[in-house]
Order: sequence, then structure tokens, then C-alpha cells
Amino acid sequence: MKDGYELVYKRPDTLLSKRMHYCPGCFHSTMHKIIMEVVDEMGIAEETIGVSPVGCSVFAYDYMDIDFQQAAHGRACAVATGIKRSLPDKFVFTYQGDGDLAAIGTAETIHSCNRGENFTIFFINNAIYGMTGGQMAPTTLEGQKTSTSPYGRDVKHVGHPLRMAEMVSQLPGVAYCERLVLNTPANVRKAKKSIKKAFDIQKQGLGMTFLEVVSNCPSGWKCSPVQSLDFVGENMLKYYPLGVKKDVTANSN
Amino acid sequence: MSKKEIAFMKGNEALAEAALRAGMTGYYGYPITPQSEIMEYLTRQAPEYPHVTILQAESEVASVNMLYGAGGAGGRVMTSSSSPGYSLMQEGISYIACAEIPSVFVNVQRGGPGLGTIQPSQGDYFQAVKGGGHGDYRVIVFAPNSVQEMVDHTVLAFDLADKWRNPALILTDGAIGQMMEKVELPEHYKFRSAEDMRDEKPWATNGKKGGRKKNLLTSLNIKSEDMERKNHELQAKYGKICDEEVRYESYHLDDAEIIISAYGLSSRICKKVVDIGRAQGMKVGLLRPITLWPFPSKKIDELAKKENVKLFMSIEMSVGQMDEDIKLVVNGRKPVHHYGRTGGIIFTAEDILNQIKAKI
Ligand SMILES: Cc1ncc(C[n+]2csc(CCOP(=O)(O)OP(=O)(O)O)c2C)c(N)n1
Ligand code: SF4
Ligand SMILES: [Mg+2]
Repeated sequence: MKDGYELVYKRPDTLLSKRMHYCPGCFHSTMHKIIMEVVDEMGIAEETIGVSPVGCSVFAYDYMDIDFQQAAHGRACAVATGIKRSLPDKFVFTYQGDGDLAAIGTAETIHSCNRGENFTIFFINNAIYGMTGGQMAPTTLEGQKTSTSPYGRDVKHVGHPLRMAEMVSQLPGVAYCERLVLNTPANVRKAKKSIKKAFDIQKQGLGMTFLEVVSNCPSGWKCSPVQSLDFVGENMLKYYPLGVKKDVTANSN
Repeated sequence: MSKKEIAFMKGNEALAEAALRAGMTGYYGYPITPQSEIMEYLTRQAPEYPHVTILQAESEVASVNMLYGAGGAGGRVMTSSSSPGYSLMQEGISYIACAEIPSVFVNVQRGGPGLGTIQPSQGDYFQAVKGGGHGDYRVIVFAPNSVQEMVDHTVLAFDLADKWRNPALILTDGAIGQMMEKVELPEHYKFRSAEDMRDEKPWATNGKKGGRKKNLLTSLNIKSEDMERKNHELQAKYGKICDEEVRYESYHLDDAEIIISAYGLSSRICKKVVDIGRAQGMKVGLLRPITLWPFPSKKIDELAKKENVKLFMSIEMSVGQMDEDIKLVVNGRKPVHHYGRTGGIIFTAEDILNQIKAKI
């Protein structure tokens, strides 16, 4: 309570009060905020180590007030494996884009999921290489124009977009896998619950927890933030259906 | 002092045993000949070391990045490979060097380039001592020439990696890795708890417990000024390492007119060359670099200054790599020659002696 006002909403303590470098309307900032909200609500800021990728979110460590390691492009899951194997009682997560996780780092992703490493992967799928200026990603939709698919993605030439959540959910090492989106306040609240659940499962040591976030990239998609939300709703979610792909705790709950 | 523990062991296995005794907390590797015995030995011993992570990774790219994570979390970590696999690790080593994560690497060299041959080689000298990956960085490089030194250098590599927050490499070859010799094993390192490690490595990313500020390990210095400052810091550290950590062995150098320089397996043969040469009345001596970086430049300079020194001869299982570094120091004052064989073909003492005679 301050000056007669009641504080009902505030920046989580572990999200540093800094101006973010993300473009206006980009979901990276929303995702940062809700992960840190969950970390605060669970009281685990001193027990959590993050791994940032190469991509727009390379600087995640500038905003999250927890220990961090910055990984080489695609190698976040290997780095997290090393950390978690060394510190099995800590919470460890990676935060990775689609180029990082599903192109250059596919092997590390699949194998750490398959080994059932007990960390959490936050996979931010914006169907584009944001950081390098909007090139085609492994998740770019069929027909989608990017700077390296200027006439639209031709699946005969470069293959089909990868559905990572569906892929990794096939692996026995994965305990929990869900695809989320952050396009409405209700969906943001839902995503927060899933993050909390992932950390809970990590604590129980049940295996890999994988959260794919269908994201946006107004700059790379060359549209306004509002138009980017339309593209998410109309195009992305059709190819990338939301929902829990796997949950080993489903029956016991 | 407890009783000496003597064993008869293969180089690769002795190295693995030494790593366990040196308090290694994590090993991450990928099979490749001629060094697979290292991970095989470690996985066999694993039940006795439940607190040590021994993990077969999906590739050398993954291993080196697991090392980045585990070393960054505060452990004493090692990986091993042979030439093609060590090449794959170079990007990761560059990141590790910049983020200053203590870590131990082993390259049991085989012949190259390319997939090459599984026979021993010394063809990776440039890669080892000049950085290997991108950017201005250095790795401390040991060149063992016996199974005993595989053990001793491994212990030293862990200690120096921690001391300098730097990657350290054991650069050996398929012959030293595969040969069996008598070896004295070191004592077991004192077990360190997570709390001990937290105290020893206050920079490690192990959770910002107890109100300490968050720790960050990164190699990203996006602002030009920051990148240059980081480079100056690293260079200052490398300068100190050059001052403090040079190691070499002198063999009959005092009155030598012909200076043979050789490391690792080649140096064993060259010792014999010196003995035979001396018996024939030749004033020949051997300078054996034990650390390849930092390089014994001061010693070479001292020799180059001596009036009685007539020539240098670098003997390597390569087409000539270390001879370039000798030339840099000698700087035209004396002739510097090279003799080498490749593909796993190992020269005899007689071969080398004939090559030297042809040069005088
Ligand atoms: C080894 C290597 N190759 C290429 C790059 C260049 N690069 C930087 S970020 C990036 C793609 C990032 O895209 P994504 O992972 O989808 O993240 P986003 O920026 O979209 O969040 C690439 C290719 C690099 N840094 N390192
Ligand atoms: S380029 Fe795209 S992904 Fe990167 S910050 Fe901007 S909108 Fe977000
Ligand atoms: Mg992307």
C-alpha cells in the first residue's frame, strides 16, 4: 500500500528494471516476465541457473537476476546438461529460439530430451531468425516470405517446417511437453501455470520438461505488432496446434 | 606419506586413472580411436566414483559444451578425443577460453588431415598452440612423452586450469596413448563438497545463494570497447602464464653444437639420437618442450645466442610445425631445419642422425 493505492501488479523482483532491447510487441519480453514471476512465486531465484542461446534472447541474462551461462549457437542443451549433472538439486533451464534449437542445435535438443535430462527447455518458436535479420528458420511456414525465402518457403526445395513439440514428445526421456502461445492475457496466464508445472516436474526429477511457445517477430515478419498477433492466430496456430503433447504426471494427478 | 602405488598401465588408462585421482567431477566424451580406452576405463570405474559424472555425449560438439556447463558450474571437468574430434571442439574451446572456464582437454593425436589414419601423429601442433578456434586466445598445452607423464601432466592440467581459469590440453599421440609402461600413481585428491567448491570458485554459476550477486559466464562482448578490454585482460593473463608456466627438459645442452628439439614421442627417439651421436663424437643435445604453450622461447633464445651452437633441428611427426616457432625465436641467427615423417610412420634414431649429418 502506497499513498492510498493498493499494489496489485508489479514487476517480479528477479526481472531487473532495465529497458529491454526487444522490439515493441515481441513475445520474448512477455516470456521473460512470466518465467521470472514463477521463479519468484516459487522462491527459487537462488537455486536457478539459466542458459541463454544465440539469437535475440542471447541477452536474457541482462534482465533475469539469476546465475546465467551464455551458450554457443545451438548448444544450450549441452551446456544445461553439464550444469544440471553437476548440480542435480538446482533448477536449470534453457531459453532458445527456433534456429538455435531446431536447426543448428537439433542433435543436442533430441539427445538431451532422450537422456531425460532434468531441466526445462523454453523453446521460442517465431518461425524466423530474428537476430540475424529475418532469414528462414526450420519452423518458417510453407509459403512464408523471409529474406532467404523471398518468394515464400518452397517445401519441395527446403523441406517442411519442423513440429518440435510433437517430435520430442515421442521420446521416453520427456516427462512433460506442451505448446503454448502468449497472444492473449488468458493465454499468458495459462502459460504461467505450465511454467510452474514444468519446474515442479523438474524438482521431482521425472525427466525433460519442454515448453514450446508459438511466438511472433514483428520486425522479421515485417508487420506491426498487432498484425503479428493476427498472423499467430490465423497461420501459426493452424500448423502448430496448442496443447499438452505429453504429461507423465497426468494419471497420478 | 603413504606407500608408493606402482602399476603397469596403458597411457590412456593411466591418464584416466590420474583424472579420477585428481578430483575430476565430470567427464564428457565421444568415442574415437586411438583414445577410446579413456572413456571405457572411466565407465568401468564409475561405480566406485558415484559423485563423478561420466557421460557419453552425442558428439564432440556436445561434449565440449557440456564441459562449458559443468566447468562453469564449478566442477573439475575433462574431455578427451583424437584429432578429428578435437577439431570439432574448437568453437567451444574459443567460448570456454573467453568465458574463462577451467577445463581439461586431451588430444591423442592421429594422422591427418581429414579422417586420416588412426596411427600416431604430431600434426595438430599448430591447432593446439595457436588457439585452434576463432579469436585471440591460448590454451595451456602439455606434451607428455611417457605413461608417467600422462599421469603427471593430467594432475597438473587440472590444477593449472583452475589456477588460471583457462583450458589446458594434454597433446599426446596414439603411441603414447596405447603403450604400456610402469607408472607411479598419484594420491587421491581430497574430496571437495559443494560448499568447498563454492568457496574455491566464487565466480561459478551454482545459484546465487546467500545473497551474493548473480554470476554470469559469457563470451559475448558486443560493445567494441568491452571486447577490446576483455582481450587486454586475457592477454595480460597469457603473459603471466608465459612468465610462470614454461616447462622443458634439457639433455646434454651445455656444450651442444647441434640442438635437436622434439616433444612427446619424438623426444624419446631423439634422446637416443643424442646418445648415439655423442658416442660418435658429435656435440649434440636435446631441448624437449614439456609445455608447447607457453613455449620455451627464452631457452631457445639463450641457445641461439651461444657461439658454439651451429644449428637447430626440429624433429616432429609432421611436415614441420614446431620448427616455425623455433625459427621465430632464432630469427635468422642460426639455421633451423626440420625432419619429420607422417601417416604414423615413425623415424628411427639412425634416420634422424643421417638427416642431421646431411645438414652439417
Ligand atoms: C555458429 C554460428 N552460426 C551462426 C550464427 C549467427 N546467428 C546468430 S543468431 C542466429 C539465428 C537465431 O534465430 P533463432 O534461434 O530463431 O532466435 P531468434 O533471434 O529468432 O529469437 C544465427 C544464425 C552464430 N552466432 N553462430
Ligand atoms: S527481431 Fe523479432 S524476435 Fe527479435 S526482438 Fe525483434 S521482434 Fe523479437
Ligand atoms: Mg527465431
